[in-house]
Amino acid sequence: MLRDMWLITVKDIRIELASRVVAAQILPFGLLVLILFGMAISPDLAVVGPERRSVLEEIAPGLFWITVLLSSLMALGRSFAVESADGNLDAILMAGMDPAGVFLGKAGAVLAQMIAVEIVLGFGAFVVFGAPIDDPGLLAATVALATCSIALAGTLYASVGAGLRSRDTLVPLLALPVLAPVLLAATMATRDALFTDATVAGWPWAMLLAVFALLYLGVGMIAFGPLMEET
Amino acid sequence: MSNASSSTRDNNSSRSVKVVQLRGAISLINTFPALAGVDLDVSQGEIVLLRGPNGAGKTTLLRLCAGLAPLSGGQGFIGELDLSDRAQRRSVRQDTGLLGHKNSLYDELTVEANLRFWAKANRLDPKSVEPVMDRLALNKRLRSVKVGALSAGQRRRTALAVLVCRRPKLWLLDEPHAGLDPAGRDFVDDLLQHANSFGATVIFASHDIDRAQQVANRTVTVVGGLVKGEGPVENVA
Repeated sequence: MLRDMWLITVKDIRIELASRVVAAQILPFGLLVLILFGMAISPDLAVVGPERRSVLEEIAPGLFWITVLLSSLMALGRSFAVESADGNLDAILMAGMDPAGVFLGKAGAVLAQMIAVEIVLGFGAFVVFGAPIDDPGLLAATVALATCSIALAGTLYASVGAGLRSRDTLVPLLALPVLAPVLLAATMATRDALFTDATVAGWPWAMLLAVFALLYLGVGMIAFGPLMEET
Repeated sequence: MSNASSSTRDNNSSRSVKVVQLRGAISLINTFPALAGVDLDVSQGEIVLLRGPNGAGKTTLLRLCAGLAPLSGGQGFIGELDLSDRAQRRSVRQDTGLLGHKNSLYDELTVEANLRFWAKANRLDPKSVEPVMDRLALNKRLRSVKVGALSAGQRRRTALAVLVCRRPKLWLLDEPHAGLDPAGRDFVDDLLQHANSFGATVIFASHDIDRAQQVANRTVTVVGGLVKGEGPVENVA
């Protein structure tokens, strides 16, 4: 299983390095969304309270994770487009690769790509929204766990639509409701990581993200094989 | 020459071993019966041409034999393996090679990277791709070219190289001549005959009947998801 996982992850990353879709399309898309949020919500709108933060600063965690979520949908779509474009899923089945290994490999490649995107988006969010960082450890854990959850659940749902002509519209429709709890937990944990006066405790939300990641990991490893056979 | 004679003798003696046995085989694609009760026997060492109009069920028949399409009704065996059993269906794929309409290659990777990836995926020694690349003339200029930049014929040749690396016992090919120039078609024919000389069984679908009949030793006509006729090549009009 680990051998197949490594093989698929390395192959997908090599494809990305050769095609630069993440660097040339997904990353600019994410940055554009961040800038559009910044333009749509005036930085002059101030929240009433002792900290006198702007509205943009206050809702920055949610905007960041919505941007990550939208960007990840593109990465997930791309991840399975390279497999279905030339009938490669059939060849993977014919090769007898371990379905759990293939699932982990696809998710691993998406995870690596999304972490790279998030580093740049995080810097962009800092520039556009101007939010400070209070707890870097909590922020790093939140980013890692939320991205794992998004990559694992997203890979599972992207595989459902892999063989369908309507996959581009179907996959977001299937994945977004499942990823909504991840968005909520990631936003709450990020709020605590950014603001000293946050009214939420971030670590319990981060733990919830860990539970989501483990849940999607287990379901994905079990369900991916039958899904590939049916696709 | 003597090797060729002995392998031909071996082929003749192994003809009685059934590689494919289908009895009333039904395969549903969603709810559509792509195969509606196919009866077919293929013996080891045969080269069988599947012919028939578009939508007749040739592709589904090949996918059924590869263990990819489901057996929804009837009986089906590839060797001793029962196609109605999911686990055995997966086992069928180990010794079976399928070249479908699509080539199963990654456009963004080079010819060599594709071959090495599929060799590793099939648990083969990555070094085993070298002699195959030599044989299929992929070892020089094309070696480091991305598959997306290749012509249709060169892509097909690369896909065939993946198949050759696997050394399957049962070769299933869907329109292997499609998109190839005459030299490429000759090459495919030679490849099939070479594999067959080493005991491989070949089933292929083709619309290039004149050429295909020169390679095949039996023709099976598929129409409307059923086998409508079969016989030696010379008896088929």
